[in-house]
Amino acid sequence: MTALSFLLRDETTTGRLLRGIATSPKALVATVVCLLLFLAALVGPWITPQNPYDLAVLDILDAKLPPGSESMNGMVYWLGTDGQGRDMLSAMIYGLRTSIGVGVFSGIVALVIGTILGLIAAYYGGRIDALIMRIVDLMLGLPTILVALMLLALLGQGLWKVIFALVLVQWATFARSARSAALVEKNKDYVEAAVTLGIGTPRILFGHLLPNCLPPLIVIGMLQVANAISAEATLSFLGIGLPITEPSLGLLIANGYQVLMSGEYWISVYPGLLLLLLVFSINITGDRCREILNPRLGER
Amino acid sequence: MTQPVLEVTNLSTHFPTRRGVIKAVDEVSFTVGQREIVGLVGESGSGKSITGFSVLGLVDPPGRVVSGSIRFQGEELTQLPQKAMRAIRGKRIAMIFQDPMMTLNPVLSIGTQMVEAVLAHDRVSRTEARNRARDALGMVGIPSPEERLDAYPHQFSGGMRQRVAIAIALLHRPDLIIADEPTTALDVTIQSQILYEIKRLAQEFSMALVWISHDLGVVAALADRVLVMYAGRIVEAGPVEDVLSQPAHPYTLGLMQAIPSAVPRGEPLRPIPGMAPSPLARPSGCSFRDRCQRATEICSAEPRLDILADREWRCFHPNEGRAA
Amino acid sequence: MSVFIIRRLMQSIAVLFVTAVVVFLGVYAIGDPVEMLISPDASPAERAQVIASLGLDRPMWQQFLTFLWNAVHGDLGRSFVFNRPTISLILERLPATLELTLTALVIALAIGIPLGLISGLKPNSATDEAIMTGSILGFSLPSFWQGMMLIMIFSIWLGWLPSTGRGELGSFLGIQSSFFTLDGLTHLILPAINLSLFKLSLVIRLTRTGVRETMPLDFVKFARAKGISERRIVFVHVLKNILIPLVTVIGMELGSMLAFAVVTETIFAWPGIGKLLIDSIMRLDRPVVVAYLLVIVSLFILINFVVDILYSLIDPRVRLGEQS
Repeated sequence: MTALSFLLRDETTTGRLLRGIATSPKALVATVVCLLLFLAALVGPWITPQNPYDLAVLDILDAKLPPGSESMNGMVYWLGTDGQGRDMLSAMIYGLRTSIGVGVFSGIVALVIGTILGLIAAYYGGRIDALIMRIVDLMLGLPTILVALMLLALLGQGLWKVIFALVLVQWATFARSARSAALVEKNKDYVEAAVTLGIGTPRILFGHLLPNCLPPLIVIGMLQVANAISAEATLSFLGIGLPITEPSLGLLIANGYQVLMSGEYWISVYPGLLLLLLVFSINITGDRCREILNPRLGER
Repeated sequence: MTQPVLEVTNLSTHFPTRRGVIKAVDEVSFTVGQREIVGLVGESGSGKSITGFSVLGLVDPPGRVVSGSIRFQGEELTQLPQKAMRAIRGKRIAMIFQDPMMTLNPVLSIGTQMVEAVLAHDRVSRTEARNRARDALGMVGIPSPEERLDAYPHQFSGGMRQRVAIAIALLHRPDLIIADEPTTALDVTIQSQILYEIKRLAQEFSMALVWISHDLGVVAALADRVLVMYAGRIVEAGPVEDVLSQPAHPYTLGLMQAIPSAVPRGEPLRPIPGMAPSPLARPSGCSFRDRCQRATEICSAEPRLDILADREWRCFHPNEGRAA
Repeated sequence: MSVFIIRRLMQSIAVLFVTAVVVFLGVYAIGDPVEMLISPDASPAERAQVIASLGLDRPMWQQFLTFLWNAVHGDLGRSFVFNRPTISLILERLPATLELTLTALVIALAIGIPLGLISGLKPNSATDEAIMTGSILGFSLPSFWQGMMLIMIFSIWLGWLPSTGRGELGSFLGIQSSFFTLDGLTHLILPAINLSLFKLSLVIRLTRTGVRETMPLDFVKFARAKGISERRIVFVHVLKNILIPLVTVIGMELGSMLAFAVVTETIFAWPGIGKLLIDSIMRLDRPVVVAYLLVIVSLFILINFVVDILYSLIDPRVRLGEQS
């Protein structure tokens, strides 16, 4: 709650963001789509036509049915079925759950770790700053996908390993942004006043610096979540991400890849479209927010 | 009387913004005679630079010249198509900018930037263009110009860069040079050198010169005639000696009393009280009245232009010396 | 200039050394080198032989020296699966990856720079809006799915282009490449587009930002005042300034493209080092993974080195600053 307190206190920033989104039809649609997808992920198990991972309800005779087919028991597979006779729509909503869950969770962890390190670097400066920033530069210089790939090649598959890899490749972005935002804030009068008043370091860091650095960080966080979702899908597609037991959208698409050549396009096309819609709508919303927070480029 | 080089009549340049229209230049009229040096003086934001850019058709969008006429050697510039305007820029009217650190492209050599300026208007060989560039550099006092052509802007000092900019302006021997505070960004010692240099060259090549400045002292040393601009309008105009010895408009007087060197020893400096009005919320009538000690009821009406011989002013309560 | 190059070379060697240390620590110190580098199917005799040849029974620093000595001599271990030196496996697949990456880079630049220019010169127009939305779409398209859709549309539905493999190689001046045969080119198109799309979006955004930041600068206005054509201003004055940040970023991104080739090569069965990496990870052929890492880091360093030199060629401030 403290992390979001700027939403309550800083009327102007939040107001600006909301107004900025409301005045751009494109951003408004994207935000609504975003919210709907998150909602669908949240209530997934209660709205899907079937539980796609309950083997008892799957019928192998229904395998690879094209979209709109009807099952033996009268249920319509609006988006077709996969190789195991699983309803694609249900599988996709479950996949969405996993993808969003992994993306958001790793994004938040990376945001927390990166922000703390960035604030520490900005506040203390000197050697601590140099050390942290050297590591940050190194991390940012390495391609995300390569680091994650190598790590997972060493560690093996697994939900927590994927999250660990995603956090590892993302924290540096937050650290750098948090540091530069904090450096701007640090020189403002209120921080000096707090120091003069003898307020403790942690309080200055988290009570004063953090709330003022948070809006840009949350926008970056949105864009990073989109990246993380995309990266997780890519890793899962390559077969070194999530295991079969945690099917994300990436895995669904990978399953469809094998039968794409034989014409069963829906098994990979629909999950892909959903993934695209998710990442695209987050990116459009995030991009708009960034535009509003960064007036230099966003004087629309 | 011979035809003036430049004749600006009722020129208005406006910038539409979300919060209203900024009238950067508001019904401004003046002329520049052949070989005349005219000083255009005002505070920052008075519209003096925009006036200069308007003449060259270089007002940044969304600003534009909305009305009035700019006649250059009898030719109307405001209606001229882009291409014809480009043929005049740099060829017949040249401009020198305020900050020499910013006017030259950092990634192109001085030679490239000069040669392209020659080739933009004259069909000559590259060698010929380069020779002319070299001669122009020599003319403005840059040592070993041949080698300096291959140098890049960052290898020059501010004063030297401004000399390069002057050399570029002189390449085509224009009839009119508009100099937008060309010495403001320079060291004081360099300022006077550049000042002297420009005056010398203007006389040598019989060029007319519009010198835009916030510094009445500089204009006094240089100009034949002075135009004083305030809040987008010309409030006083006349021969430089007359205006400076007997200013008619209280604003001109205020400007003079605010110059440290112009006030006799022992007398206090008298800064003009208040600030220039926001360009979005200019008062009706005389826009100086909020800062003017002589302002009365009548000043809320628009003062008309009073003309007496070669002097002009826009004030209901001109200085005693002039009112007679 | 040569001092600059030598200094950069020393830095590169230092970075490579650090990488070698990190890789060594990762494999030898944290992991179990016996398990990492010796095939699980090996007989005890073979194990003993490899342990002896790698010196795994000796102290850590000696092992490191051996590792370094071997690496310098191009010995990065043997593949379990192919039973051949990993370095030759990688080197014979490297040209295919470089060919793919460079083609993708050229596509990204050839389309991205013009689109970015159009967008940046007319900010907030409908065209700009469309291009920018398109670029966000480009960022958002998961590369692997996008590749599958390319195959589905152009190979399966339309049947215009082959879906997988590298196609026939042609030889020209002793270089073997897909560029020199029609079959090779048709095989190259889809993977190259797949790999370029993400970077294309980046190039568009960078160019647009660059244009928007450069156009309001004084030197652009000064160039206009010289009478330079708008075309020359955009393509010479502005573009050359934008190239500086563009080259820097592209240098960094070339590395990430090499890494991302892993995805493209997997989808299109392109026989490059990326596919080799994934296959090796799947087959637990770890010496290849280790060797890949060292080779790719060396490539990064090489690219950075080239970019620095390129950078100094474009930006006179860097080039001449180092000289004095």
